[in-house]
Amino acid sequence: MTTRAMPRPAAQPVRSAPDALVLEVGSTTAGRAAGYPLRREGPAKLTGAARYTDDLVFPGAWYGATIRSTEPRARLLRIELDPDADWSGVVVVTAADIPGENLISAIKEDQPVLVPIGGEIRHHAEPVALLAAADRETIRHLRSRIRLVTEPLTPVFDPEASDHVFAAYDISKGDLDAGFSAADVILEGEYRVGHQEQLYIENNAMIAVPAEDGGMTVHGSLQCPYYVHRAMKKALGLTGDQARVIQAETGGGFGGKEEYPSIIALHAALLARKAGRPVRMIYDRHEDLAATTKRHPAIVRHRTGITADGTLVAQDIEVIMDGGAYCTLTPVVLSRGALHAAGPYRCPNVRIRARATRTNTPPNGAFRGFGAPQTEFAMETQVNRLADRLGMSPAEIRRRNAYELNDLTPTGQVLRESVAAQEVLRLAVEASDFERVRQATAASASARSGSGILPPGRRRSGAASAASGIGMALAWHGAGFTGSGEVHLGSVASVEVTGDGRVRVLIGSTEMGQGTSTIFPMMVSGQLGLSADAVEMAPVDTALVPDSGPTVASRTAMVVGGLCIEAARRLRAEVEARNGGRPFAEVYRADAAAHGPTRIDQRFEPYPGISFDDEAYRGDAYPVFGWAACVAAVDVDLDTAEVSVRDVVAVDDVGRVVHPILCEGQVEGGTLQAIGYATIEEIKLDNGRYLNDRLATYLIPTATDAPNMRTILVEAPFSGAPHGAKGVGELPMDVAAPAVIAAIHDAVGVWVTELPATPERILAAMDAGVGAGDTSGTDAAVTSGDARRGAP
Amino acid sequence: MPAEPPLDVPTSLVEAYELLASGPRVPIAGGTDLMVRITGEIGATPQRLMDISRLEDLEGISLETGALVLGARTTYSEIRRSVLCLVHLPAMVEAAATIGAVQIQNRGTIGGNLGNASPAGDMLPVLLASDAEIVVGGSRGERTVPADAFFPAYRQTALAPDELILRIRIPLPQGRQLRFRKVGTRRAQAISKVVMCVAWRSHGAASGWSDVRVAVGSMAPTPVRATATEAALEGQRPTPEVADRASDVLADELHPIDDVRSTAVYRRTVAARILHRILRDAGGW
Repeated sequence: MTTRAMPRPAAQPVRSAPDALVLEVGSTTAGRAAGYPLRREGPAKLTGAARYTDDLVFPGAWYGATIRSTEPRARLLRIELDPDADWSGVVVVTAADIPGENLISAIKEDQPVLVPIGGEIRHHAEPVALLAAADRETIRHLRSRIRLVTEPLTPVFDPEASDHVFAAYDISKGDLDAGFSAADVILEGEYRVGHQEQLYIENNAMIAVPAEDGGMTVHGSLQCPYYVHRAMKKALGLTGDQARVIQAETGGGFGGKEEYPSIIALHAALLARKAGRPVRMIYDRHEDLAATTKRHPAIVRHRTGITADGTLVAQDIEVIMDGGAYCTLTPVVLSRGALHAAGPYRCPNVRIRARATRTNTPPNGAFRGFGAPQTEFAMETQVNRLADRLGMSPAEIRRRNAYELNDLTPTGQVLRESVAAQEVLRLAVEASDFERVRQATAASASARSGSGILPPGRRRSGAASAASGIGMALAWHGAGFTGSGEVHLGSVASVEVTGDGRVRVLIGSTEMGQGTSTIFPMMVSGQLGLSADAVEMAPVDTALVPDSGPTVASRTAMVVGGLCIEAARRLRAEVEARNGGRPFAEVYRADAAAHGPTRIDQRFEPYPGISFDDEAYRGDAYPVFGWAACVAAVDVDLDTAEVSVRDVVAVDDVGRVVHPILCEGQVEGGTLQAIGYATIEEIKLDNGRYLNDRLATYLIPTATDAPNMRTILVEAPFSGAPHGAKGVGELPMDVAAPAVIAAIHDAVGVWVTELPATPERILAAMDAGVGAGDTSGTDAAVTSGDARRGAP
Repeated sequence: MPAEPPLDVPTSLVEAYELLASGPRVPIAGGTDLMVRITGEIGATPQRLMDISRLEDLEGISLETGALVLGARTTYSEIRRSVLCLVHLPAMVEAAATIGAVQIQNRGTIGGNLGNASPAGDMLPVLLASDAEIVVGGSRGERTVPADAFFPAYRQTALAPDELILRIRIPLPQGRQLRFRKVGTRRAQAISKVVMCVAWRSHGAASGWSDVRVAVGSMAPTPVRATATEAALEGQRPTPEVADRASDVLADELHPIDDVRSTAVYRRTVAARILHRILRDAGGW
């Protein structure tokens, strides 16, 4: 295992705005990019030349709109068009217009494209009918003239009360009873997390263009072109050639454009088919927030046994996720959540029971971290509370239990390589000066308590107006698809020399701001002896590129990158063999002229020695894991309980860094997204409807809320990938939230067990716990070793 | 239904008054509140707009016989940059800096904040606490409305349909102090959960405060003055006992609600604590 700390400026940057980036005409940012290529799609985005879906012009195109239910659960009896309105210049589509199957292609096909007459409406934003017209005013006028006649049914909102189970898993090893009887301390805890919105900058958008042969092309903002392709074949009854999906420039995804674009593409296509012309289906922010998928809310219960010296001996964990109204990707989200629920810790006796159920709320789906942030928040908070109970440092309890080489996970997987848990922990503790800062915050907490003329009370706090705290968390993230996912996918990636002598990468993996189009030329050119600029990326068009699997699960650099490197190696060998062994770079143009194009298709081969039993949930849940540690320092306003995350050290082991700046950007962005999850991002529901369905009410951190971040990238490579990469997209999302929660506890002495830790929740806990210690109120069967720290 | 309401563009006050008298028109200046209502998704689309950007009478910040006068079209950015505001009413500068983003501050106006009459309008507690007078005008002439009489009910103003907000006149009495505090969900671009402005006149360390004003936003259907709390502080000095009592009175006096942004309990508790902190800081204990 090699470890490398990326070089960083010695001085801490001052808070406030980022460094100004000043470019002189004709210069590059060599000093900043340190020799790595600039983002390939960057100039077009900076200059406004990049064309997102809504920028695409199709003459004669109509606008489309979705008529949605306004009830959480009902039987659809009729759809009535107001006879007094003029319907001549528009098209209305209902389920009766669907030529193929009325189903969205997914894991379990339970979601209709449109609710049919007699069918059940299962959430308040469910699509029931579609409307297209030449102008928006007509749509605005007519959409209120479509009346849904329904018969209300009793909705279910509590995932624990729902009897419809989408998926359930049972993972166990060892003997729980024996483990708990060996424990000196047993701690229980219940943790809750709510919805989180991906909040990509560009809303969901699709344009469908009918072809003369009965086929259909969609242009849109999406992560997974072949998911949309499959959905079109199924619901529109098209052949693979008739259905064509082209990705437009995509302004962020974070999982939010993994499965939902299939629905919008079908809606646009159905309207386009009936109207006989292109139809634009562009969501505004309100519709996007109200109707599209969110992170699954979850309830996680822990019962943990630990010895007095801080060794984990038993973990009993229950996970309940709220799937919303349809299955979508819930079984795999739950699976990842369950597989990560026991944290990156050695423990001989573990039971994890997980289930996801149906409720009458909009369906939940993919979001960066994919189930792991929910369960790892619970586990890390549990570990921090255990440390608190034992009077042990949060770093020390982790050192004693974190995975090392050849340890056994709850599924019986042997961690054979690339285990950097201790490494990332050590680096985070050192870089943050964790123990010293922790002593200082403890000292100021004890100085605070009892100070001031008036003791703290409900109407007032003490003399100090703010308190500082520091906290940490450790996380693991299974690299690539869960279990046998990659084997079932059998992804293909291609590299070619075209007939006119250009080198081109053909993949179905998408650029959505994370850097795909920048790192693939780097990876391929390195194998061919070319500069990255000499390698082109083919447009993501299903008529052109193979199915490289979805752009999800942090798998693009690791899995698809690995395929492209292998393809490039084979391409080089083939071309060089034809040219007397002369270097590829010297001969490929002449070779193309003489022999025409050469294309290598590389198909995924199972990683050697990796196998998983999907039925028994035993074996190698992931080929390898990424590891991350995060230390967060916060200031909590003692009057208002507002939390300011001041400094963060993020240490992430990503296997191999392909592009340090993009990689660091992923860590910083994921960390800030996790800070939002921890502190302010919240969706309240009323009768199954999101109340925070506008940007005025759903708030995410802005630049002024971002902490100083120090990122340390660690490289513990994966032998199964030719370049060793393990992926970076999701890892930082798993770890920052529990670190912030621990820092809040360090500052004000209360454990907030429900995310987000809003000032409302913190203040309620502080008021309830003035003078008390652990106030989570959900737990506390402490048998011994109780070492509480008094709250200020 | 038209996508955009018809727009009149008067070039003089007389013309504006005539237009207002001829039928209902919603004045638009920066448009930061009105533009989001154009789609009709949030409340009713305004039927007819009147662009007041050519009315020079509504511009400018000036000092007139013991009062600061701000034209209704004064933007938050102008307030932030104004030396007069900074010298005479720093709490107003502080409030202007918390409203929206820079783009909003460049467009949004103090008259618009009044006209929009949101219970969460960040500038409004400053105007209530500083005894601001709102000068309104119409074809029947000008009249002055005290800030604390300007919001008769939720999202309503004391303006007659044919009247326009012209300027805001803020008296500058000797020895007055103002303190402003906003609590939002994040550091910038957040609608307030609690916003407070406290004013008092002090006449030396030995004597008590006079003309105490405690004004809050997001705590009631309109921006309000907490008159019982003001009475509890009138004539007092900011001692620990007085601060304790005033905070209790404030919490009892306010009846905020649970909504999408916060809870009633939080709002009451935090309003009390903010007041307590302001009094503690003023008392220097």
